[in-house]
Amino acid sequence: MPHVTPAGDAPALAVENLRKTYSSGVEALKGISLTVQQGDFFALLGPNGAGKSTLIGILSSLVNPTSGDARVFGISIHADRGGVMRQIGLVPQEINFNQFETPFEICVNVAGFYGIPRAVAKVRAEKYLNELRIWDKAFQPTRMMSGGMKRRLMIARAMMNEPRLLILDEPTAGVDIEIRRSMWQFITGINRAGTTVILTTHYLEEAEQLCRNIAIIDHGEIIEDTSMRRLLAKLDVQSFVLDVTGPDGTLPELPGVKLARVDAQTLEVEIPSSHNINALFAALTAHGITVTSMRNKTNRLEELFVRLVERENGKGKVAA
Amino acid sequence: MNGLHVERETRLVARVPAGSIARANLVALYTITRREIHRVLRIWTQTLVPPAITMTLYFVIFGKIIGSRVGPMHGFSYMQYIVPGLVMMSIINNCYANITSSFFGSKFGRYVEEMLASPMPSWVVLTGYVAGAVLRGLLVGIIVLGIALFFTSLRIEHPLIALSTVLLGATIFALAGFINAMFAKRFDDIAIVPTFVLAPLTYLGGVFYSVNMLGSPWREASLANPILYMVNAFRFGILGIGDVPVWIAYVVMLAFVVVLSAVALWLLKRGVGLRS
Repeated sequence: MPHVTPAGDAPALAVENLRKTYSSGVEALKGISLTVQQGDFFALLGPNGAGKSTLIGILSSLVNPTSGDARVFGISIHADRGGVMRQIGLVPQEINFNQFETPFEICVNVAGFYGIPRAVAKVRAEKYLNELRIWDKAFQPTRMMSGGMKRRLMIARAMMNEPRLLILDEPTAGVDIEIRRSMWQFITGINRAGTTVILTTHYLEEAEQLCRNIAIIDHGEIIEDTSMRRLLAKLDVQSFVLDVTGPDGTLPELPGVKLARVDAQTLEVEIPSSHNINALFAALTAHGITVTSMRNKTNRLEELFVRLVERENGKGKVAA
Repeated sequence: MNGLHVERETRLVARVPAGSIARANLVALYTITRREIHRVLRIWTQTLVPPAITMTLYFVIFGKIIGSRVGPMHGFSYMQYIVPGLVMMSIINNCYANITSSFFGSKFGRYVEEMLASPMPSWVVLTGYVAGAVLRGLLVGIIVLGIALFFTSLRIEHPLIALSTVLLGATIFALAGFINAMFAKRFDDIAIVPTFVLAPLTYLGGVFYSVNMLGSPWREASLANPILYMVNAFRFGILGIGDVPVWIAYVVMLAFVVVLSAVALWLLKRGVGLRS
């Protein structure tokens, strides 16, 4: 089997008509195609059971595809499995390290599996455990670590081969916001340094903030594959919550705009994306109402995601 | 470019030098073997102490108490006669137990995925686990042999034959244990073979007696037992006596090593019990 180095101009990931039917008969992937360019920060979203983890499993050699191919930096998973694996770092959804070993042992051993000499592996383990702020736990058995620490350990472990493509399968599940933000900071940093990142997450705010491009997968099919900006532009109506002061009498009426009072100090507004929001403020001011603060009622991506998935399931409509 | 499916023909620009792949594989092999040995030493009360206690009891009961009433076997005391068989029995049992519990444990805890998602070829994974199991077998063999010397004196007649037999026997049972662990879905599945297959074969493999003492067809039936060849080849290495010609024992053992290696590698490559 030939061992090859990746082609310089090839996409980080090119999935071609990939299918997976499990022995149970479940068709997890129905011939999907997808391209992720080098250096991208790519969101792969979808409801539970959509096929995200199957795709990641195939890319990381844990699931055998039924047909189709995937190329990582130009290397086919069929032609050179080892060559593909050398490019990838994987942070799986489930905790999958030996709970009797220490973080340091785990990182150094995994580096060894990639052929990285022990002396180099030790330096890298210290570097990444430090960067992910778990160096103080480096020599304690991992079973004594908190959930957030275990998640960070899996990121440190995935960095041991300094991959060109980092795949994160719900890396922040069950992690508190402070740790989640420190993880985002780390991942954003390595993306800026050139590592391509593919992220699956159920925190859509996370995907919206971090990712430049996005694919949504549902029932084993790609139902959306575009840039984050273009996708968010499809949102025809936005919902805001306004904190207000002033009289709690009648509210202004504007064509196409739904304005409702939640309580004396709070209004909710649904406004088409094509409308000028200044007109709303002017109308409120004319009624003696002052807007003190404003926020999105729900995450914009979340709103779109629900609509897209509902459309696929024939439950709702998407205006775009 | 966003959302665009790039259908660009990709090029494979250069080959990674074979030497660097070979070095990487050696590092990986060392890593697995080191991790396995570290595990054996970390849980030494489960891996090294039990065989020492069990074999001490065997030496006391079968060697001293019962053995003193049994006459000489091929010119050796009964204690001396059973020592090679008991050493071999300890080695193969511990090799089997080591690899099944370690590899199945990695499946159960899902950290086998660390290896499956790495560039390591299947042969490195297999060789690393087998090496770890064989090294535990050797450690146990040395301990048991040391204990035996408290009870009797021994002179190793053919050291190379003794050592090569130990290595081949340990490798065979490490490979068999690896295959067992690949198919196992529950901890029960790795206990069934040692209880219902390994133990009967070991006890009927000439550890405590010479198969020449058996009548037909039991003698011929015993010749189908692979453990018989390991025990007798090792006995030949230690005492210079055996029930089967040494070269036949080598042929049988090498055949088992080749067949089991091929099966284990094929299963590993297909990901049986590992990949969905």
